Amino acid sequence: MPEIKPMEGNQAVAEAMRQINPDVVAAYPITPSTEVVQTFSSFVANGLVDTNYVAVESEHSAMSACTAAAVAGGRVMNATSSQGLALMWEILYITASLRAPVILTVVNRALSGNINIHCDHSDGMGARDCGWVQLYGENVQEGYDNLLQAVRIGEALDVRLPVMNCIDGFLVSHSYELLQVEDDAPVKDFVGPYQAVNPLLDISHPISIGPLDLWDYYFEHKRGQCDAYPPAKEAILAVGKEFGKTFGREYGLMEEFMLEDAELAVVALGSTAGVAKVAVESLREDGVKAGLLKLRAFRPFPAAEIAAALQGKKAIAVFDRAISFGAASGPLFSEVAAALYTAGQQIPALSVLYGLGGREITPEQISGVFRQLPEVASGGQPADPVLFLGVRE
Amino acid sequence: MSHYAPDAKYQELAPGGIIPQAGNAEEYSTGAWRLQKPVRRDEDCIDCMFCWVYCPDNACWTKDQSVKGLQFDYDHCKGCAICAQVCPKKCIDMVPEDQES
Ligand code: SF4
Ligand code: SF4
Repeated sequence: MPEIKPMEGNQAVAEAMRQINPDVVAAYPITPSTEVVQTFSSFVANGLVDTNYVAVESEHSAMSACTAAAVAGGRVMNATSSQGLALMWEILYITASLRAPVILTVVNRALSGNINIHCDHSDGMGARDCGWVQLYGENVQEGYDNLLQAVRIGEALDVRLPVMNCIDGFLVSHSYELLQVEDDAPVKDFVGPYQAVNPLLDISHPISIGPLDLWDYYFEHKRGQCDAYPPAKEAILAVGKEFGKTFGREYGLMEEFMLEDAELAVVALGSTAGVAKVAVESLREDGVKAGLLKLRAFRPFPAAEIAAALQGKKAIAVFDRAISFGAASGPLFSEVAAALYTAGQQIPALSVLYGLGGREITPEQISGVFRQLPEVASGGQPADPVLFLGVRE
Repeated sequence: MSHYAPDAKYQELAPGGIIPQAGNAEEYSTGAWRLQKPVRRDEDCIDCMFCWVYCPDNACWTKDQSVKGLQFDYDHCKGCAICAQVCPKKCIDMVPEDQES
């Protein structure tokens, strides 16, 4: 019988890793993700998993070892945050280019400087172009469920991409919530055995990995990599559906909360979606037709699906927990706006930058943004489309 | 096929940028990059095979797995001069490519 237990996000992720029992975990601890690998290393020490745990000297080495183990033919997992993810940067691109389905839990934390250990999405957003699939979870249950699904999505034979399972630092990683822990056997059945593709250790089929690739083939290789993302979108949907059939919680590319008949909508990622749900419910009680689009898959970006879900809205606000310095708006806003433009939809839209470095976001603040949206709707595009929400000025 | 055609379309390449055809570095001529080439003075050579061991590109080789009569594979030799450096008899001269040997 599945058990319902109070667990922190980090413990839930470690528990999922125990059930998956990966071949290799090569990790270097960093706040707030430390507890994931710390808890998992105790599982290794206590013989609960067969994993080869490699304690390395930096995140650059961690991702190098993970990528090498994956191309050698193993199922590989890891966890990191913020500066740790930044130190992996060089290798992240290589992992994706080599089509090595490493699974990395990213416990989202602000990037330095100044140094800050709390949640924002500057780490994940900074890594958005490196070729990894990115799933953002709202709460502890989603951190657990998304990790189990990430394995199937990344390892699908027409996908073969690394996946980031993103959860909000402290807000989810260190919050106790009731988690439905599924039994080991159905989880193992769902995840299935690892199927290596062109493993380096298959010495009867020798191959070369990562060779010099100049003007003559590099462009073709990058073009080929692009073809993995539409199947990744399909895999997210198919695996999410199968997860629903198996465990009763179905997942898609996004979650629409009171969105269908909404006139005003907010788009958000991560735990803020939970806060926005409270705001939407209270606005509905006041007769405001508010709705939420919670994006689960940021990579591959479901542009057409987002445009379809937002069609006919009078105004929207896109919430970004990261700044793209020098850009006209937040990174999520830019992509949502491009999705709408490409679909021929002119919806007045506000870019909301909020919650940096762990600054709290409240339902009242989100309601306040909703209350600005009718004016945005009537005036067309706002004069200053970027709102810094909750900053002292 | 031992290598991809120069005009191979992206769909024809193996995912992950791997080279699934083993041992085809031989077909990729890299000798044109060389600025100076190794030339051996045969009369001084003692067939110690040091140059064979140290050459990073297998460009110092012998026929039929013999341990005598070293040759240079100028299609793949990059002119690094490691062979000349390690030769105990100093009988390998590095000759600039624009100069007749
Ligand atoms: S010059 Fe370098 S590459 Fe050429 S034969 Fe000597 S060691 Fe090999
Ligand atoms: S290292 Fe010098 S002496 Fe020895 S085999 Fe090569 S050329 Fe001859």
